[in-house]
Amino acid sequence: MSDIAIKHISKPHPVTGVTNGKLGIWLFIASEIMLFGGLFSAYILLRTGSPSWPHGSSVLNVPLATLNTMLLITSSVTMVMAWASLALKNVGKFKFYLGLTILLACGFLIVKSFEYGTKFEHHHFPSTSTFYAVYFTLTGLHVLHVIGGIIVNAYYLFPGSKMWETNPEQFLCRIENAGLYWHFVDLVWIFLFPTLYLI
Amino acid sequence: MSSDHSHDLPFWKKYIFSTDHKVVGIQYTVTGLLFLFFGFCLMMLMRWQLAFPSQPLPWLGQFFHEKTMVSGIMLPEFYNQLGAMHGTIMIFLGVVPLAVGGFGNYLVPLQVGAPDMAFPKLNMMSYWVYFIGGVIMFCSFFLPDGSAQSGWTSYPPLSVIANQGQTFWLIGMVFLITSSLLGSINIIVTIVHLRAEGLTFFRFPFFIWSQLVTSFLLVLAFPPLEAAGILQLMDRVAGTSFFMPSGLVVSGQVLQASGGGNPLLWQHLFWFLAHPEVYVLILPAMGIVAEIMACNTRKPIYGYKMLVYSAIFLGFMSFLVWAHHMFLTGMSTKMSSFFQITTMIISIPSVIILTALVLSLWGGSIRFTTPMLFAIAFLPMFGIGGLTGLPLGLTAADLHLHDTYYVIGHFHYVVAPGTIFALFAGVYHWFPKVTGRKMSEFWGKVHFWLSFIFINGIFMPMFSMGLAGVSRRLYDPTQYAHGLAVQPLNVVISYSAWLLALAQIPFILNFFISIFAGKKATDNPWEATTLEWATPTPPGHGNFLTEPKVYRGPYEYSVPGAQHDFSPQHLEGIN
Repeated sequence: MSDIAIKHISKPHPVTGVTNGKLGIWLFIASEIMLFGGLFSAYILLRTGSPSWPHGSSVLNVPLATLNTMLLITSSVTMVMAWASLALKNVGKFKFYLGLTILLACGFLIVKSFEYGTKFEHHHFPSTSTFYAVYFTLTGLHVLHVIGGIIVNAYYLFPGSKMWETNPEQFLCRIENAGLYWHFVDLVWIFLFPTLYLI
Repeated sequence: MSSDHSHDLPFWKKYIFSTDHKVVGIQYTVTGLLFLFFGFCLMMLMRWQLAFPSQPLPWLGQFFHEKTMVSGIMLPEFYNQLGAMHGTIMIFLGVVPLAVGGFGNYLVPLQVGAPDMAFPKLNMMSYWVYFIGGVIMFCSFFLPDGSAQSGWTSYPPLSVIANQGQTFWLIGMVFLITSSLLGSINIIVTIVHLRAEGLTFFRFPFFIWSQLVTSFLLVLAFPPLEAAGILQLMDRVAGTSFFMPSGLVVSGQVLQASGGGNPLLWQHLFWFLAHPEVYVLILPAMGIVAEIMACNTRKPIYGYKMLVYSAIFLGFMSFLVWAHHMFLTGMSTKMSSFFQITTMIISIPSVIILTALVLSLWGGSIRFTTPMLFAIAFLPMFGIGGLTGLPLGLTAADLHLHDTYYVIGHFHYVVAPGTIFALFAGVYHWFPKVTGRKMSEFWGKVHFWLSFIFINGIFMPMFSMGLAGVSRRLYDPTQYAHGLAVQPLNVVISYSAWLLALAQIPFILNFFISIFAGKKATDNPWEATTLEWATPTPPGHGNFLTEPKVYRGPYEYSVPGAQHDFSPQHLEGIN
């Protein structure tokens, strides 16, 4: 039988200029934009159709959300640092920054759980009003994406990092793609924060 | 990633959890065909109730649980379950997995000259996620209250207050959406990145173009339905009111919900997927038909570039027509004018494609093989389906025809004798490549002619019933005078449906017997030009013996001066 390998796994395609994985992750992000786009348009339709809508800052905890925004933006920076360290073949620094990214993401989840906790204490549930329904659904879905990112990054930090020994080029591509996804998760929050908390 | 150890793989890795695109394609095809038959069986049960309302189902009736049939007489709830699940299964578990998962997976890497899909593991995952989604849908029939019963469109508020089966439907849909997302990303990357040297975009077989556009539609149109599914799941499970208006009265009582939601929001999100979905159903079929027609007319496809541009334009426009499903929701006339205009515009590329395919027949030396018969039949069938859609795109006519059997007739002509005929054509055409043996031509022709007669017997009378005003989801149309007047047509339709089922027996037997006893096929039994015929039959792991190079366009048949009437893409010079 033949021995033809799949091309462009770690070498970019001459026409598109990207690897298979990167094209794939961009397509995935495109579909994610459509997913959140659908949810945001649902939010706009519900809000414009509603006779009264609470002002986000009067019911939600803006300082905590600001803290969370800072955490996520910082984690995006450390993610880039992780990739850059790996590109410079500094595995120790790569592990440090990737670990930091995961810790910051966990910090985001802890703050978020405090926020949810106080809401539940005050008997504010998704079923309370359409505002809370939108709030819990959108942030909850975002939290799922954060957890997904943590799992992927943790995989590359521990078992997945073995690939660095066997195929460093492809491993670098994988970290870059994981980074693209992570920046997207960050970006979704940057849209969610003003939409839900500030306006 | 390569193949050197493929022979050492244990059975379960080689045939069940395989990452080989050909095995995944076969798995998709077989599962898709089974679901297609299952969905058809649901419809045959409904046809008894429609032809002979409230009469006990002979013999078979005794096997049904008393929650579905009481002494053989179908309960309205069960009728609704059958209707909802027939639509869901046919579209999301039958036709799309066959067209994109089955044919797409098997043929795309072969036709672009790749050893496998770009992401083989994702490919395997895509199939198994689809399989889980299918199992969830199937199992929902065995819930205490049965499966979903709010139609395949699942309009709220009805679907939000419906039985538990609806929750299963939503969870199943999330799995199916995830599966087609993985599959379509894979197909796009494979087409763009893994094409062989010399295979430029305008040397692609039209089938590749149709898969490319289809995959983009799946990537971009399915997520809004996923969003809608999540919102409806929240409405059902967490008690939110995304789709529940304030002060809704159910069975004489005001529903306890926070309210403030909008049921029309669901319809917008749903049809934003479901209209592009129509093109997901039809484009791969057009691709299959183009391949088969070029090969069996022994001449190039007429207007290949126009076909490509039309397919791309179709894909783009399909995002701008969704609200023509919602003319009756009280939208403003400005909105409806916009959507009427876009709907009329989108019919133009479809007509271009159909016309180009008809013109391709002109001057060809046609081989009337079984796949070619199905492909030729596709043309008028899709033509009827498309043309009967035009009145539905204009509000003046749609007001009368909306939600009647006319609509059912219209879209079934597109999907059943349209897409499914093209899929049958594809099965007959590529069967020799997949199994190494040909299917019987005689039984293939028996299958074709019987199917062709009975499928028209089913859908043609539906136009008359729809014009008479019979509504599509009626449990017992004879309760109304206008339904009673056209009731004899229901009997004709039902007998045609049951006979159509009998007409599938030659296909099923032919399919299985040919795997073992069919006539042996050579590597290129149809003397075709595209790359999949340059592989050994059946293709081994890694597909090609040497890396293929492409020297010419996809349909160089009967080139003047050439020795044969076909010049394969991978051969250099005139031959």
